[in-house]
Amino acid sequence: MKFLSEYRDPQLVQEYIKELHRITTKNWTLMEICGGQTHSLVKNGILDMLPEKITMVHGPGCPVCVTSLSVIDEAVWLAEQPNHILCSFGDMLRVPGSKKSLLEAKAEGADVRILYSPLEAVELAKSNPSKEVIFFAVGFETTAPANALSVIHAAQQNVVNYSILASHVLVPPAMEAILSDEANVIDAFLAAGHVCTIMGLDEYYPVAEKYKIPIVVTGFEPVDLLQGILMAVNQLEKGEYTVENQYARAVLREGNKMAKDTIEKVFSVSDRVWRGIGSIPQSGFEVNERYKLFNARLKFKIDIPFAEENKECISGDIMKGLKKPKQCPNFGTKCKPEHPLGAPMVSSEGACAAYYHYSSDTIMQ
Amino acid sequence: MTNQNSFQLSCPMPKFDFDVITLGHGSGGLLTHRLLQSGVFDILKNDMLDQQHDGASFTLNGKTAFSTDSYVISPIFFPGGNIGELAIYGTVNDLAMCGAEAKYLSLAFIIEEGMTMESFWIILNGIKNAIDKAGVKIVTGDTKVVERGKGDQIFINTSGIGIIHPKANIHHNRIEVGDQIILSGNIAQHGIAIMSKREGLEFETDIVSDSINLNHTILSLIEALGEDIKFLRDPTRGGLASVLNELAEIRKLGFVIDQNSIPIDEQVEGACEMLGLDPLYVANEGLFVAIVKKEAANKALELLHKDENGLKAKIIGEVTDAHAGKVMMKSRIGGHRVVGYLTGEQLPRIC
Amino acid sequence: MCLAIPGKIIAITEQLDETFRKGKVSFGGIMKEVSLYMVPEAKVDDYVLVHVGVAINIVDEEEAKLTFSYLKSMGEVEELDTPDSLKTNP
Repeated sequence: MKFLSEYRDPQLVQEYIKELHRITTKNWTLMEICGGQTHSLVKNGILDMLPEKITMVHGPGCPVCVTSLSVIDEAVWLAEQPNHILCSFGDMLRVPGSKKSLLEAKAEGADVRILYSPLEAVELAKSNPSKEVIFFAVGFETTAPANALSVIHAAQQNVVNYSILASHVLVPPAMEAILSDEANVIDAFLAAGHVCTIMGLDEYYPVAEKYKIPIVVTGFEPVDLLQGILMAVNQLEKGEYTVENQYARAVLREGNKMAKDTIEKVFSVSDRVWRGIGSIPQSGFEVNERYKLFNARLKFKIDIPFAEENKECISGDIMKGLKKPKQCPNFGTKCKPEHPLGAPMVSSEGACAAYYHYSSDTIMQ
Repeated sequence: MTNQNSFQLSCPMPKFDFDVITLGHGSGGLLTHRLLQSGVFDILKNDMLDQQHDGASFTLNGKTAFSTDSYVISPIFFPGGNIGELAIYGTVNDLAMCGAEAKYLSLAFIIEEGMTMESFWIILNGIKNAIDKAGVKIVTGDTKVVERGKGDQIFINTSGIGIIHPKANIHHNRIEVGDQIILSGNIAQHGIAIMSKREGLEFETDIVSDSINLNHTILSLIEALGEDIKFLRDPTRGGLASVLNELAEIRKLGFVIDQNSIPIDEQVEGACEMLGLDPLYVANEGLFVAIVKKEAANKALELLHKDENGLKAKIIGEVTDAHAGKVMMKSRIGGHRVVGYLTGEQLPRIC
Repeated sequence: MCLAIPGKIIAITEQLDETFRKGKVSFGGIMKEVSLYMVPEAKVDDYVLVHVGVAINIVDEEEAKLTFSYLKSMGEVEELDTPDSLKTNP
């Protein structure tokens, strides 16, 4: 496929690996923010090809992993109400809530549907006027414009039985939370390519400046990731710290204005609880006043008890890069994809699941 | 085979005085009789079935294999076929994986009240076409009807009995280090064809299911190579990854495959990209894995390439004594990763 | 984050108003209808990145090629040819 396959060229990959080996003289710890990048690194076996001096730690860039337990419970509650159709991306279905996952709720009779796009949920609402259709609007900034557009579509067509349960999270506040932690080990970031397609680069300059840390906006294919790593290590070896754009074919400095306007039209920035990390101020999107009729939290009196996170799960440390999955005492024993203790083991983007499924290290255990 | 909308019926539908199947049709009385007499028996006609007895009796010479499977697929009509064909090919193929030529099948329906005669007739046609292609006979069967809401349109069970080829010696215990892993064709075709029709995941493609009988292909292979064929399996639910993991675990050997060697249709690969699915875990139908003695592998490929069901066959890997119990894959770019078991159903991802 | 795949716009299918602007996009042969709301300048034959049914940007072909000359520009390795698929069509 054009603009995809070329970035998987084995020869080019080998050149990058050679170059990385050549220029890396010191130990560096890099974090890739995005779950899709983690997935690609592990799935393609890139981690084992990197020089030993480069350590990749996997950040909280998996919206599935960081969605808090109580939000899952809200979704399950909504799904279980009579005449409700709860629509969701596939990723969210297996994440355990405090009592059950959406998949389990579905097995017990709740009408839960996997959709490819939130726009399809609006169509579903139109063809089921007697039902309440709620879209579980999860994701980082990349997904926010699509979710916002679905609300605009619904409003324009007066589809009153449509609403969204918003649980968006933002990258820059998460980066700050990680960097401001005393125990921070990260030397450089690979910023999330598609988030920056939407939001642009401007938010990252102050972060790079404040913490004196290179930030390279990076794509997802093997050549992209290796080029991003190379650019970051180059900066580190030279003692530089600035924002660079590896993924220029998909990212403009100013981002996508239309997409940003769409987000602004429907959402306002809010505080958000990140599973495993805790509350990060101004780190999420919630449906704003103008479109409150489409905010499932306001529309329905969601009645659920407070949900306590599993104390044995160290997902917070994993997502901040303070620990690797293998260092968790429960990894591969009490905590496996079939019976996960926390979200990073459920979602295939989660660091724990990615390691479990793909890493040759697990063979040694 | 094409889907319901453009299906060419090889046996035109007789005139029934009912449009839908009701509970009465499963009661064993007059309505059942009518449904079977003017529908089922006519289209599946053979001397054993015509006796319409409680069971079929026959003599078999040689070692026999027996297999059963139930088919609950939804949607029941999909690009490339319908549940009827699947039900026949599936059991014929399971017997072929044992090295056996399927001879006689049983066929049982559980039909949800309200299914239209038209749909049932199309499925019967699918069954008829499949048994003709595979060269098997339905010798006994059953029809039940359940209340609306208690069944997903139609469930089918087929059980089959076949004669094991005298040269066949298929058993996982025979798999050893150095054996070659051969895949008979393009991966993930069936699963993606189904996904393309299922609720909420509509794509306008012409990816069709590869559901077909593999008995003739397998038996030719065994006739030519005999014991050099150590093991056969069709990677249906759970995909190729599941089959290889089961073997690696049970044999306590390592399996290594090369991503570059795995045959896949470009469009199917694209669909997997879009949905975030890994083709190694997607269901297949008219596809099989053969574990073959190293010295016989090239000959096996040569034979397969002359067969309509093996045109795209490739050697995709081998059995090793490294990483016992695990399946490893060399990625396209040269890295290595573990190919684990599928945990739960593979769900499309956005991330 | 998130899975976004590049596809080629084959046709603009709906243009009632800008909010509903849609196109038929081909992903290596797989056709899907996609919202073009976020890419008002996109036209037929452009490649767009699509995420959950919405095009989020137009792929810059020139920038795409630059990735392949990056190493060369660092002066370390021999020239690697631009893959055929990215060469401009005559």
